[in-house]
Amino acid sequence: MVVALILLLVAIGSVLFHIYSPWWWTPIATNWAYIDHTINITFWITGFVFVAVIAFMAYCVFRFHHKEGRRADYNPENKRLEWWLSVGTGVGVAAMLAPGLVVWHQFVNVPADATEVEVMGQQWQWSFRLPGKDGRLGTSDVRNISSDNPMGLNRDDPLAQDDVVIENGELHLQLGKPVKILLRSVDVLHDFYVPEFRAKMDMVPGVVTYFWIKPIRTGTFDVLCAELCGAAHYQMRAKVIVDEEREYHAWLEQQKTFAELSSGNAIVKATYQSGGK
Amino acid sequence: MVDIPYDRIADIPPAEVPDVELYHPRSWWTRYVFSQDAKVIAIQYALTASAIGLVALVLSWLMRLQLGFPGTFSFIDPNQYLQLITMHGMIMVIYLLTALFLGGFGNYLIPLMVGARDMVFPYVNMLSYWVYLLAVLVLASTFFVPGGPTGAGWTLYPPQAILSGTPGQDWGIILMMSSLILFIIGFTMGGLNYVVTVLQARTRGMTLMRLPLTVWGIFTATVMALLAFPALFVASVMLLLDRLLGTSFFMPSLVEMGQLSKYGGGSPLLFQHLFWFFGHPEVYIVALPAFGIVSDLISTHARKNIFGYRMMVWAIVAIGALSFLVWAHHMYVSGMFPQFGYFFATTTLIIAIPTAIKVYNWVLTLWRGDIHLRVPMLFALGFIITFVNGGLTGLFLGNVVVDVPLSDTMFVVAHFHMVMGVAPIMVVLGAIYHWYPKVTGRMLNDVLGKFHFWVTFLGAYLIFFPMHYLGLLGVPRRYFELGDAAFIPPSAHSLNAFISVVALTVGFSQMVFLFNLAWSLFKGKASGGNPWRATTLEWQTPETPPGHGNWGKELPVVYRWAYDYSVPGAEEDFIPQNQPPRATQVVQGAAS
Repeated sequence: MVVALILLLVAIGSVLFHIYSPWWWTPIATNWAYIDHTINITFWITGFVFVAVIAFMAYCVFRFHHKEGRRADYNPENKRLEWWLSVGTGVGVAAMLAPGLVVWHQFVNVPADATEVEVMGQQWQWSFRLPGKDGRLGTSDVRNISSDNPMGLNRDDPLAQDDVVIENGELHLQLGKPVKILLRSVDVLHDFYVPEFRAKMDMVPGVVTYFWIKPIRTGTFDVLCAELCGAAHYQMRAKVIVDEEREYHAWLEQQKTFAELSSGNAIVKATYQSGGK
Repeated sequence: MVDIPYDRIADIPPAEVPDVELYHPRSWWTRYVFSQDAKVIAIQYALTASAIGLVALVLSWLMRLQLGFPGTFSFIDPNQYLQLITMHGMIMVIYLLTALFLGGFGNYLIPLMVGARDMVFPYVNMLSYWVYLLAVLVLASTFFVPGGPTGAGWTLYPPQAILSGTPGQDWGIILMMSSLILFIIGFTMGGLNYVVTVLQARTRGMTLMRLPLTVWGIFTATVMALLAFPALFVASVMLLLDRLLGTSFFMPSLVEMGQLSKYGGGSPLLFQHLFWFFGHPEVYIVALPAFGIVSDLISTHARKNIFGYRMMVWAIVAIGALSFLVWAHHMYVSGMFPQFGYFFATTTLIIAIPTAIKVYNWVLTLWRGDIHLRVPMLFALGFIITFVNGGLTGLFLGNVVVDVPLSDTMFVVAHFHMVMGVAPIMVVLGAIYHWYPKVTGRMLNDVLGKFHFWVTFLGAYLIFFPMHYLGLLGVPRRYFELGDAAFIPPSAHSLNAFISVVALTVGFSQMVFLFNLAWSLFKGKASGGNPWRATTLEWQTPETPPGHGNWGKELPVVYRWAYDYSVPGAEEDFIPQNQPPRATQVVQGAAS
C-alpha cells in the first residue's frame, strides 16, 4: 500500500533527519545546560509519541483500507482504553513539565554573588554599563538622555559617577562569575539574544528586566536582537566576549567612567558656550 | 443479527413544525448579492476569504524569495519585508482562517447539520458578511496608501507599532486597527447567529449529544471567539487612541528618533496581555472547527463511527475553556512577572491531555475501519500528521524554560505554521473536496485532487519540518537577512534556499486546485445528493444543492446520532440520522 508506506516514511524520515541534521544548537557557553537537558527529555518523549501515532495510523491504512466486502467494526467507545491513554499522556506531560519547572526556578532566582551588568537597547544599537569600584549601578531615566549622556544616567547620583559606560561597543564578561544582566530599553521592545547563552529576555521601555548566567567558556559571541524593533531590527548587532579574569580586568581598566565621559563633554560644552557669547 | 444502537432510538412522532416565515428574495440582487440565505452568505464569506488569502499566499512567496536568496531581489527592501510578514500573518490568521471556518463553513453547515431552515437572524447574518467585506477592503487599501501597510509584525506590539522606526506608521497602522475593529463587529453579528442557531433551531430529535462534531467544533469556537475578540477590540481602540490622540495606554516615556516623545506612563506589556488573551484562544478558534470537521471526514470515509464521541465532545469543550488560561505562554520572555511562568507552563501542558485524546480517537477510528482513501480522507491523514507534529513542538514552547532559547527563533515560526497553518489548511482543503458536491452538485476531479494533496502535504512538511532545526540552531525570526553571524553555517543558507523553492512549488500547486474548482463547476461528474453515503443531515436534503429553506415542506426528524456507520445487522453501511428505527430491528439485548 503506497499511502501507508509514504506515511511511515514521513515518520522514519523525520527521525533520520533529526539524527543526521547538521543544524543543531550552538555549543553552550553558560551554566544553562539544564535547559538543553530539558529539551532533550522533551525530544525523547515527543519523538516516541510522534512515531507511535504515525506508525499506528500507517498500519491502519495498510491493514484496513477498503476492499470489496470489507465492513468496519461498530465500536462507539471503550472507556477503559480512553482512560488509560489519558493517564499515560498525563504521565508523559508531567515528565516534561517537572524538570522544566525546576529549571525555571533556577532561571528566575539569581544567586546572591552575581554581579550586575546593564544592557540598554535603542533603535538600533546596544549600549552597556558596568558598576564601578562601588559595585553598584547608579540610577537612570529616559528623560536624562542627551547627546553627552546617551544612557540617561542621573548626574546627581553619586553611585552613577564611577559607572563604566560603553556606547555601541563590545561587552566583556568574566569567565566563571555569575552575572545578572539588567535589561533596559529607551524606545521600543528589544531582546538581548546570544544563542550560545540560551537565556534571553525582552527589554521593555519603562521597566528593567533581567536574566542571569554564569559563563563557562571563553570566546566571542554574536549579540542579536530577538524582538522585532523596526526597520533595522536585523542589523542590531554587538559582540560579547567572555574573558579569563586577567584579560577581563585589563579590558575593564581601559574603559571610561560616566564621570570621565561627562567631564570631557562638560569642558567641550563650556568652551562652546563661552565662545558663543 | 442485532441492531445495537449507540444511543436510545426513540420513535419520535413526525414534527408538527409551524412553517417559519422565511425572507424570500424578490430579485437577482437579493438572491445572490444582498442575500439573507446562510448558504449564499457562506459562499460569499468563503470567496472573499480565499481571495484575500491568495494575496497572503503571494506575500509569502515574496518573503521566501528574500529569505532564500537574500540580495537577489532588489525590489524587496527591509521595510517591505516587514510589511510582507505582517500582512501575511494577519490575513492568514484572521481574515482567511477565522472567516473561512466560522463565516464560510459555519454558515453553510450549521443550519443544514442541525436541521434548520436558515440561521435564526438572517438579516444580521447578511450584515455580518458586508461588514467583513468592508474590513477586508480597508485592510487591502493599506497596500495603496502613502507609507504602505504596517510592518509592526502581526502581533502589532507597541511602542514600535506606532512609532516612526516602523514602516506604515502613518496610515498603515491606523487602517489596520480600523480594519480589525470592523472585523470584530462583523464577526460578532455572525457569531451570535451561529450560537443561537445551534442552541435554539435544532430540529426535532437533534439533541446536543447527537450533533455532528463539526457543529460542536464550530459552536465552541464561536463561543470562544465571542469571549476573546473583545480583548482585541479594546486593545485596537486603545492603540488607535495612542496613535491618533496621543494617549499613553501602552506608551511609557521613551525616546523617538533621538527626541523625548510626548508619551509617558503607559505599559507595553498591557497590550501584550490583551493581545494574547485574544490571541491564544484564536489558535483554538481556528483549530476546533478543524478538529470537528476532520472527525466527520475520518468517520465518513472510514465507514466507522467516530471513536469515543462523548470524550471528543468533552475534549472540545475542555480545550475551549482551558485555552483562556494559557495566554501568557506567548510572553515567557516578554519581561512579565517571572513567577507567572509556573502557572502558565502548567496550564499549557495540561491542554496537551484533551488534545492528545482527540488524536488517539482519530487514529482509533481508523482501527478496523473500511478506509476509503479518497481525497478528503487523504487530507484528513495529512492533517493528523501535521497536527501531531505541530502539537508536539508546542510542548517545547509551552514548557516555560524550554521556550527561553527557542522563542523568537524560526522554531516558533515552524511550530505555529505546522499546527495552525498547515494542519487547519489540510482540513479546509479536505472539507472542500468533501462538501463541494453538496454545494455545487458536482464532484471535484479525483486525479487533480490527489496530485494537489501529495504536493501540498509533502511540500508543506518539507518546508516546515526542517525549519525547526534552523530555530534550534538559533536563527531568529523576522530577519530581513541573516547577515554575518558566526553561529550560522553556510548550510543554513542552503536550507533556506531549499525551503523557498519548495514553498514556491507548493504555492503554484494551489493553482491546480483553483483550476479544479472552476473546471468541475461545469464539467465535474454529477454527484447526486449523497455521494459519500454519509449519515449527517446535510446529505439528506431533498435537493442538491439545497434550495432556499433547505428542507422542502417538512423539517427532518432525527432518530439517532451522527455516526451510525457499519451498524451490525443494517443493510447498508450507513444509517442517516433521519431514518426512523425499523420494527424488525428493535433492540434485543443491547448489552451484548
